[in-house]
Amino acid sequence: MGETIRIVINNEIDIVVARQKGRELSKAVHFGIVDQSRITTAISELARNIYLYASHGEIRLSIKEENRKKGLEIIAEDKGPGIDDIRKALEDGYTTSNGLGAGLPGVKRLMDTFSIESVPGEGTKITALKWTK
Amino acid sequence: MRIPILKIKEYLLVSIQVELDDQTVLEFQEDLLNKIAETDARGVVIDLTSVDMVDSFIAKVLGDVVTMTSLMGSVTVLSGIQPSVAITLIELGITLDNVHTAMDLDQGILILNRLLEG
Ligand SMILES: Nc1ncnc2c1ncn2[C@@H]1O[C@H](COP(=O)(O)OP(=O)(O)OP(=O)(O)O)[C@@H](O)[C@H]1O
Ligand SMILES: [Mg+2]
Repeated sequence: MGETIRIVINNEIDIVVARQKGRELSKAVHFGIVDQSRITTAISELARNIYLYASHGEIRLSIKEENRKKGLEIIAEDKGPGIDDIRKALEDGYTTSNGLGAGLPGVKRLMDTFSIESVPGEGTKITALKWTK
Repeated sequence: MRIPILKIKEYLLVSIQVELDDQTVLEFQEDLLNKIAETDARGVVIDLTSVDMVDSFIAKVLGDVVTMTSLMGSVTVLSGIQPSVAITLIELGITLDNVHTAMDLDQGILILNRLLEG
């Protein structure tokens, strides 16, 4: 426990690496198949946002434990342009890249906890966590 | 990694068995459209039985593929979407409206037969 897996995001293949690590880790913690899919998809969304909007950054995955419950925490951090209007970025369908605008609001629904810190011009840090049942 | 596209009679059949990185997905989109133009295929089944994760990017490209193939006069059915993938897609807010779906490849072909008969 306590260990953190760090995946540097520089290109499209790193997105695949991040979600594969997420899949392995969520299996190891005995998440069910649906939660494995939720976690893997959330990682993919956050890693792609880093690649798309900040070019570089990292995903950190770690196992948390509280009241004998285990959880998987995803931290996505970059020193990119930051998000001007976080409220807007969390709206379904809001996109600046001709995407579906499903990533951030989707991750929020897929995970149990979700928070964004972002400073325009400095970067973005998103933390999301899923607990086992 | 190129995804193989098989032609059987007037249909194209695709079973996705590889990890879908962005480039693979975009190449597949292009390959499929070219193949439809080349073969005048009337229908396409894309089988997703082995796909254990679909994120918003992959979903967008799949949706675009369905729209583009229909603009080209062909019909595309998505088959074998895993329950866990379906649940995740709905939570992402992606409903894939107007997309024909089937339980598996066989059912997909039956649906094409029905849609294209006459
Ligand atoms: N790490 C980031 N740095 C800067 N801006 C970001 C970052 N992540 C998201 N954004 C901004 O928030 C918007 C919404 O992000 P979200 O992931 O919800 O949708 P999208 O990436 O545009 O489309 P989709 O994820 O559906 O393909 C983005 O269009 C972008 O403007
Ligand atoms: Mg996104």
